[in-house]
Amino acid sequence: MEPVVHLRDAVALLGRFPALAGIDLDVARGEIVLLRGPNGAGKTTVLRVCAGLVPVVRGQAVVLGHDLRHDARAVRRRVGMLGHATGLFDDLTVADNVTFWGRAHRAERGDVEAALGLVGLAGRLRGVPVARLSAGQRRRTSLACLLVRRPELWLLDEPHAGLDHEARDLLDRLVRQAVGQGATVVISSHELDRAEALADRVVTIDGGVTGGAEPAPRHAAGIERDVAADATPGVAPEVTHVA
Amino acid sequence: MWRDASLVAGRDLRIEARSRVALQQVAPFALLVLILFAFALDPEGPLLERATPGLYWVTVLFSAVLAVARSAAVDEADGVRDALRLSGLDPAGMFVGKALAVAAELAVLEVLLGAGVVVLYGADPAAVGLLAATCVAATVAVASTGTLYGALVSGLRVRETLLPLLLLPVLAPVLIGGTRAFEAALDGSPADGWSWCGLLAAFAVLYSAAGALAYGTLLEGS
Amino acid sequence: MTAITPAGTSRGTSPSGAPGPGPVTRPTVPAHTGSRGTRVVGWAAVAGLALLLLYGLVVSPADVEMGDAVRLMYVHVPSATYLYVGCFITTVASALWLWKRTPGWDALAEAGAEVALVFSFVVLLTGSLWGRPTWGTYWVWDARLTSTAVLTALLAGYLALRRLDLDPDARSTRAAVLGLLLVPNVVVVNRSVSWWRSLHQDATLARIDPTIEGDMLVALMVGFLAIGLVFTWLMMHRFRVAWLEQQADRVDLDAALAARRAEASPAAGAAGADDRDGGEVPA
Repeated sequence: MEPVVHLRDAVALLGRFPALAGIDLDVARGEIVLLRGPNGAGKTTVLRVCAGLVPVVRGQAVVLGHDLRHDARAVRRRVGMLGHATGLFDDLTVADNVTFWGRAHRAERGDVEAALGLVGLAGRLRGVPVARLSAGQRRRTSLACLLVRRPELWLLDEPHAGLDHEARDLLDRLVRQAVGQGATVVISSHELDRAEALADRVVTIDGGVTGGAEPAPRHAAGIERDVAADATPGVAPEVTHVA
Repeated sequence: MWRDASLVAGRDLRIEARSRVALQQVAPFALLVLILFAFALDPEGPLLERATPGLYWVTVLFSAVLAVARSAAVDEADGVRDALRLSGLDPAGMFVGKALAVAAELAVLEVLLGAGVVVLYGADPAAVGLLAATCVAATVAVASTGTLYGALVSGLRVRETLLPLLLLPVLAPVLIGGTRAFEAALDGSPADGWSWCGLLAAFAVLYSAAGALAYGTLLEGS
Repeated sequence: MTAITPAGTSRGTSPSGAPGPGPVTRPTVPAHTGSRGTRVVGWAAVAGLALLLLYGLVVSPADVEMGDAVRLMYVHVPSATYLYVGCFITTVASALWLWKRTPGWDALAEAGAEVALVFSFVVLLTGSLWGRPTWGTYWVWDARLTSTAVLTALLAGYLALRRLDLDPDARSTRAAVLGLLLVPNVVVVNRSVSWWRSLHQDATLARIDPTIEGDMLVALMVGFLAIGLVFTWLMMHRFRVAWLEQQADRVDLDAALAARRAEASPAAGAAGADDRDGGEVPA
């Protein structure tokens, strides 16, 4: 089956700086892949490339069937990104924000309510302006804005940062649920314990290139993932460090 | 495109409703400018009365710079630009929506200023049709030009000083046209005024088109 | 256009034709922007200016109405024309940059605007000097001077935008959009200002009297020629300076990639080196 993400020797520039100097990455549908690496390695840029926000100047880059060298914008509507920034309008309420981003995506009222409910903000907090929320609550609102788009590919940049324990559990649960419904997830994280527990596979990125890849530790320990369908723990992961 | 435009316009107006910046800051500023002009030009003599149309439009222009800067600042919030690029909203629609929201705020302001001018300067409005048409054309012109230039300086550290420098020379024809049209309306010779109103309308069309076309490039390219 | 391409610069290397933003392979960078072409034009300009001084100050007669001040016309009118030419170049170059994205157009747009700004000052200065003996003031709100003053502001704004400390491609994009609007802005401003001033029947500054003839006409033509040569010379140099500035910014992509890969920590670098085809620079 065609991979959701296929990057081969991809080079991407931020201005004049080659943030990605040759990335190989293949992600199959339903996989959860963790990108690991030091600061400045290019993890965030890989996510932004997959979102169609940063152009690829060399190599191959195909995401969700779209060739990013020629048609990057087409992929944007189909992905959901959770980055360091909130992407929220501070003066608007939680509900206003989710409604706006939902309607921009042609979502229905019901989708908006469902998204709010999933992150636990459907109650009293929905009418609070975002500026008055805590960082964790803002992150949850951003997550709701992602959920309302029902993206096929989730791109999460340090998603666990700044969340309390309960929120982290919520995030993990939502990720697994989405994967169960056919989504694919790529996470970048420093917080390896938490993210490795979630991921199927870990890919190392350093100096703008892909280093090694290995199955997530829990696979090595033979821990089953609690999602049915596509998940096949214990099967050898796709080898990505072939040039 | 219109669907996206109305969505964005609604959002900007809702933000204004919640934050009330135009109401609580821009409008008082405009009235203050009128008062300052009265200080500068001696309300007793005939000078203020003759200068009223021009002062009105100068005040509108200065206030518009503030309103446009505020409108652009909304989209500069934390990560909003990326989210807008991902959202799939039509950039032309976004432009039109933002310009409409600014135009709505300016329209309210102009009515307020008109009342202020009548009260403070003792002006006597006649030929209301011409006045209204001029206001509509000029407002659309100012709003669309301002939204485009607001996007041009969006996110820059120096945007507060650069925006007036870029925007005000471009709006000079609006000042000229609006003032002449108002003068014609107040003098009771509206025929000339309608020609100026036509110029304003052409300006509005030009910049609405330019903005709709260029907004996407600016959103991506910076 | 061939007069403005950098004849003296990078031989055999052309501006990047690659679509989209990005560096090019390293070109040869000359030490200065002079060349045979600029020397020819430069000397011709000097000759032209000498001729202009001759005709303008000596040969042509003083005007019946305006007196000796009319001699300023021979500089003022051509300068105004070339001011508009410069703005036109900027707008067209901006449009072409947005279309083709080759850096030469960006440099041309910048050069056009800066040279135009110089000429706008010349127009304002000569107009002001003309006004003094004629009307007793250094400034009159006539159509041309007023429009030129607004145009000066427009150009100053454009150049301010160009000088921003931004990623070069982002800066060029914004400047190009602004540059594209320059000629429409100039047209609208000129129309409205001249219409406005025509309502007042003020004395206009630079009406080219249709009955101007004989030596005065010749002087004016010489003025157009000489100022035109000066304009061309300035454009050539300014374009090349802008071009060289851009080249200095450019980075060889392959070298940058190698440097980037070398940033990898030793362990990852070594592991990566094993895996990658064609090898990479190990840390």
